[in-house]
Amino acid sequence: MTANLTKQKTSTKLKDLVKKPQILTGGHRLCAGCGAPIAVRQMLLGVPDNVKLVVANPTGCLEVSTTIYPYTSWNTSYIHCAFENAAATLSGVETAYKSLKEQGKIKEDYRFIAFGGDGGTYDIGLQSLSGALERGHRLIYVCYNNEAYMNTGIQRSGATPMGSWTTTSPHGNSSSGKKENRKDLTAIAAAHNIPYVAQASISHWKDLVRKAQKAFAADGPVFINVLSPCHRGWRFPMENTVEIARLAVQSCAWPLFEVENGKWKLTTKVPKKIPVGEYLKHQGRFAHLFKEENKDVLALLQENVDAEWEKLLQLCGEAE
Amino acid sequence: MAISNKLINSQTNKEKTGNDKTINNSKAVAIVGTDAVSEAMRQINPDVVAAYPITPQTAIVESFSQLVADGLVKTHMVTVESEHSAMSAAIGASAAGSRVMTCTSSQGLAYMWELLYIASGLRLPIVMPNVNRALSAPINIHCDHSDSMGARDAGWIQIFSENAQEAYDNTLQAIRIAENPDILLPVMVLLDGFIISHAIERVEIIDNDIVSKFVGDFNPPYSLLDSQNPVSVGTFDSLYGYFFEFKRQQEEAMLNAFKVIKDVGKEFGEISGRHYGLFESVGIEDAEFAIIATGSAAGTIRHLVEDMRSRGIPIGMIKLRVYRPFPAKELAEALSGLKAVAVFDRSDTFAGNMGGPIFIELRSSLYDLQQRPLAINYIYGLGGRDLSIELIEKALGELIDAARSGQVKQTVNYLGLRE
Amino acid sequence: MSWDIKGIQQWGWKKHPAGAVIKDPGNSRSFKTGGWRTFRPVRDEEKCSQCLICFVYCPDSAILIKNEKVVGIDYDFCKGCGICAAECPLDAIQMVDESKLNK
Repeated sequence: MTANLTKQKTSTKLKDLVKKPQILTGGHRLCAGCGAPIAVRQMLLGVPDNVKLVVANPTGCLEVSTTIYPYTSWNTSYIHCAFENAAATLSGVETAYKSLKEQGKIKEDYRFIAFGGDGGTYDIGLQSLSGALERGHRLIYVCYNNEAYMNTGIQRSGATPMGSWTTTSPHGNSSSGKKENRKDLTAIAAAHNIPYVAQASISHWKDLVRKAQKAFAADGPVFINVLSPCHRGWRFPMENTVEIARLAVQSCAWPLFEVENGKWKLTTKVPKKIPVGEYLKHQGRFAHLFKEENKDVLALLQENVDAEWEKLLQLCGEAE
Repeated sequence: MAISNKLINSQTNKEKTGNDKTINNSKAVAIVGTDAVSEAMRQINPDVVAAYPITPQTAIVESFSQLVADGLVKTHMVTVESEHSAMSAAIGASAAGSRVMTCTSSQGLAYMWELLYIASGLRLPIVMPNVNRALSAPINIHCDHSDSMGARDAGWIQIFSENAQEAYDNTLQAIRIAENPDILLPVMVLLDGFIISHAIERVEIIDNDIVSKFVGDFNPPYSLLDSQNPVSVGTFDSLYGYFFEFKRQQEEAMLNAFKVIKDVGKEFGEISGRHYGLFESVGIEDAEFAIIATGSAAGTIRHLVEDMRSRGIPIGMIKLRVYRPFPAKELAEALSGLKAVAVFDRSDTFAGNMGGPIFIELRSSLYDLQQRPLAINYIYGLGGRDLSIELIEKALGELIDAARSGQVKQTVNYLGLRE
Repeated sequence: MSWDIKGIQQWGWKKHPAGAVIKDPGNSRSFKTGGWRTFRPVRDEEKCSQCLICFVYCPDSAILIKNEKVVGIDYDFCKGCGICAAECPLDAIQMVDESKLNK
């Protein structure tokens, strides 16, 4: 029988959450105003008391900035292996745990969590992720999604939205930015029929922490896709990282939902949906879309967001 | 039929197996090479196996899966979706302090390539039998050594097997070598595809308790699951640059491996009657010329060499067992004073008439000798091309000519190629 | 396990831990990133309602907490991104030019 993750009662009050140990410490060298450590810190506020943790990273900004030898910012066990295999690597760790626990060589309860960027998750790491989800390991895979390859200098990924400028989808006389829509990785993960899948945003911390708590309670694979803006790649002032993520949610460009044991649920309703342009206009990567010659692309983006949102409402039983 | 059943029905071995004493702790069975390997894996009883099927290795994964299904091992198996993930999961499981094995062949090994370097760089004692098979293209499922030779600089110890017995013996020894605190490097056990993997041979399986005692427990140097000592594994060497120092440490471990491999081979001889070193010599002390070969071809060549020696021809042979680390010093000592050597390579380097990898390295090993033997290279058996007695005799004829004339007609030769 | 890395840049190859494994969790706390800052967040204690929003959005784990309350900002690690000031619902955090503070 699958566990009912909604029933578990864990506080999401900040007064309680601040008592949690800081698993990601200061002294890491991610950019000032980076969204990734915010996603990590909020996810790790959901770690249950009295469990031990192993964190995994694929190669990426988070990895290269938190484990610069001889320093580590991880106050727990940590492993990085390569770019495309965080899920497979962590599935090996989890299997060793099961084996050694069964033999009585390990007493503690462990949880396993991977944090990968969208490049290492949507693209090069998708096979490894899919395999790990299918095999049913008890591990959590979090994509800190900043919608491009940021560690190598802002190249388009499968998560980059249509119309976005990146260094490999530049706009010019024959281009208005990335031509293709991003793939719906959260739905792809959900199609693995695993206990828990969710989409979250660093702006909606309470929603994210609640999802983290469910993730740690789930007795099987979990995938969470967290929008984590990168001000360097998205081209906006660094103090706006959280606000930009908030606008993504308010415009329905990044809806917040969960799929618990196959049941889709909208976790943050959007009573007053703002035009997607209100989200995009603050970001330099979309600046060209606000020129006359690209207004069709902007209109198409809005159409796509509307269509995706309607589809999601249907899945969540919220359609009118 | 599961191999364990065959063992139950087999006869206890009481014959004289070694050159020194009677060993009375094993059973002789007739099994294929893949079953010899999975039987070693059963006795090693690793905590974790992560593997993916590929011809001709598949039978190992199948047999071992059955052992898991029958509850005959404590192993937790990760049936991954690719060889890339097989090695990734093995790395994760090994870093978590468990004893880990995997196995592969050919394209699978090539697909693991970047992770081979990570496994050795993280100093993880993973043991991996590799059933040697040609690399594409054109796609070919038969034996040559291009797969493992492609990984020769990956920081893995590589040990070749001549037959199913050696595949079994080497797999057991590999655990001890890999996990030695002076080494802590991954080990690849090599066996020729089909020729060894799919041929039924007589194999002596040592009693379970003796193997258990020989293999011993794994004491990991670090573990992700050591709650008292959390570790960060796979850290980033960035601004300061210590990478060079870590690579030098790996080389040191390889240097240490020479002694450890010999020690383990000796200890293994004490329980099995079969003693192992870095390489095996036949008549090299009084030879004027010699053949160097590895893998299953060594068996055919030995037969011929012994026959020639019985007819008074001063030929010797070296069967190279350990390819990484490369026993350059010992080989040079053994071959010092010979007039000519013929090196057999089952892969090419495509380096422009430089010859196969063993030839290049052996010739380099001989460079510092005062009197260097002439060196001829024979590339043979690519993509499973048969190495017949006639072909070896042709090469031996040329070797003898070179030794007598003091001249090598052609340095790099393709043996058995249709011209 | 505390790991003394004094003089590590001059260490010979034998002294480094095999595999570049770090056995001192969270030791980046001895690597201060406060020097990256050009603007410093300064809290107005009186305006602060202790909602703890700054804690949950800080990318650098630099909001100091004691007895469930914000007691300051850890300038050893704060990189001056200004997210705390932007997100503070009561405008209780101001970003102040470091160069003017030093004068």
